[in-house]
Amino acid sequence: MRWLCILFPQLALDAVLRSRDDPTAPLALLSGPPQRRVLQAVNESARAQGLRSGQSLTQARTLLESFDTVEHDPAQTEYWQQFLASWAYGFSGHVSLDFPRTLLLEVASSLRLFGPWPELEQRLRAELQALGFQHRLVLAPNPLAARVLANVADGLAVDELALPAELQRLPVARSGLPGELIESLQRMGLRRLQQVLELPRDGLAKRFPPQLLAHLDQLQGHHPLALSCYQPPDHFRQRIEFNFDVESNTSLLFPLRRLIGDLATFLAGRDCGVQRFVLQLEHRRQPASEVSVGLLGAERDGERLFELARGRLERLELAAPVQALTLLAEDLPRFVPAAAELFSNRPQQSQNWLQVCERLRARLGDKVVQPLAAVDEHRPERSWLAQERGDAAARPAGPRPGWLLAEPVLLNDLFPRVLAGPERIESGWWDGDDVRRDYYLIETRDGRRAWAFHAAGHPGPFWVHGWFA
Amino acid sequence: MGAVVALDRLLETRRVWRGRQRSEPVAEQPTGHAALDALLPGGGWQLAALNEILLGAPGSGELQLLWPLLARLTQAGERVVLVGAPAIPFAPAWQAAGVMLAQVSLLQVSGAERLWAAEQCLRSGSCGAVLCWPEQVDDRALRRLQVAADSGQTLAFVLRDRRAADNPSPAPLRLLQERQPRQWRVLKCRGGVAPVRSVPVSL
Repeated sequence: MRWLCILFPQLALDAVLRSRDDPTAPLALLSGPPQRRVLQAVNESARAQGLRSGQSLTQARTLLESFDTVEHDPAQTEYWQQFLASWAYGFSGHVSLDFPRTLLLEVASSLRLFGPWPELEQRLRAELQALGFQHRLVLAPNPLAARVLANVADGLAVDELALPAELQRLPVARSGLPGELIESLQRMGLRRLQQVLELPRDGLAKRFPPQLLAHLDQLQGHHPLALSCYQPPDHFRQRIEFNFDVESNTSLLFPLRRLIGDLATFLAGRDCGVQRFVLQLEHRRQPASEVSVGLLGAERDGERLFELARGRLERLELAAPVQALTLLAEDLPRFVPAAAELFSNRPQQSQNWLQVCERLRARLGDKVVQPLAAVDEHRPERSWLAQERGDAAARPAGPRPGWLLAEPVLLNDLFPRVLAGPERIESGWWDGDDVRRDYYLIETRDGRRAWAFHAAGHPGPFWVHGWFA
Repeated sequence: MGAVVALDRLLETRRVWRGRQRSEPVAEQPTGHAALDALLPGGGWQLAALNEILLGAPGSGELQLLWPLLARLTQAGERVVLVGAPAIPFAPAWQAAGVMLAQVSLLQVSGAERLWAAEQCLRSGSCGAVLCWPEQVDDRALRRLQVAADSGQTLAFVLRDRRAADNPSPAPLRLLQERQPRQWRVLKCRGGVAPVRSVPVSL
């Protein structure tokens, strides 16, 4: 067993920072009752100006006059830990959320799939970096050891042989034991875990509660630690609240890109695609507007999803300023990558036709791309269809023009030259849309050939219904 | 006087014209009309490039000209896209010409969106041929289509009014429909001098 601990030292802060336009501006997370507001966490630039977590807000204001504050929301932190678990689920089937701000992954088989540890480590770090979360990674033979070693190290990978030495070096204060146990051990003059481990076992059992020995056993891998297993949810919902009113569509694109990036991460972790998702734009005193993005097939590429959502969003007229943006995806079908030919002579960046259609639909509307089909029907206006119906075996009796006019127009020619005809088309008496016409092939003065008709048996002005081209 | 000038320098500054370089004919995509193929230097349409067809009016022979190609492409499973067609492609006639309708897509757009849509289709490389009837088109827009056809390795056709023949165009192949008698004339073609002869419209 190989256990990977991913520790997020400032999960709550990172979750807030990643949605801000300028993450370098001084920022503090606040908690505590209104009478005594306390800085829960501060970002780098705030720390550089002397702010520390644990300070009271009034104290902090005397140090630095203006800095942004955000209310610390434990539910949000919980949400982001879940989100990161859904990301990590792409790397391991066994992800545990039992420790706060921590993911524990069983990666023995992942290492076979994703390559040796340095490669996997590099990839994990790159992805976490892109997601905007600070992290520490430690690989160890058992989950508790991985978690505890992450207290003191980053990038450490130990196996069974190296583990005892690493544990012995560990300070008691960082050993993951409850505070009162640490205190009594330290009062006995025990600073390193080695000193504790060297003490006789029955003595320890007599002097300390049983959880000390249990903890030591689990650390060394003598007893397994029971961990719950994360199950990814079957839908994706994420909301970004703005601290100001957004009045233009373009200002929504930045948060939209974030949301869709997170959706893509979620989809990749869960190994599925998305067929339909909804953007909800919340307004102050109006019901939320909804933008529905539908795709012809399941997709999970972030760039492409963003492109489509952007096309839809840009066409939307904002009814009122937007206060929050929610992305909701419930339709998460299996994702089947588009089959590409191995030896294609088309260029590398080529997309398949479905993707092109989606892009066109996103910008120009759902009805813009129409297929063409023939119908076995005598009435010309009904013998074609803008629908996928397969090719019906239509066998017209006479010549048929390549272009059909949607509405017949009066022939502007006093002495038309009739080349062929008449061909009588008489049909449709049963559905109330009956047609009785005599069709002719007519050459116009400019040499074009028209398909024109007049009412059957009533020679009158010709109506052009199509052009032979 | 008498200064020795390196030939390379002259070539570099483009002061010496090297004459027409014979370009190799690209892969075959014949028009399907032997008389026309004989006129065209590559023996057919310009592949991965813009082919401009200048017409008197919609419905004056352009489909007879293009149907053989469209039939061959669609039967080979390639997609053909019509962007802003002047009328409804009448399915029975297209079918009779051998075009597989399932491979034909219509884009009902107008204005500048036609050019945008045609460019997307060309660039994607997912179509065999893209036919575009632009409403308003200038030199710059045609150049964009030409670049898109090149990057997507797709056959592009733009069908315009005959009056545009006098203006220059970046299309490597320009085919003009003459009025009296009605025949096709090659105005311009890449890889050869435009032939003097014309071929009748009815082909």
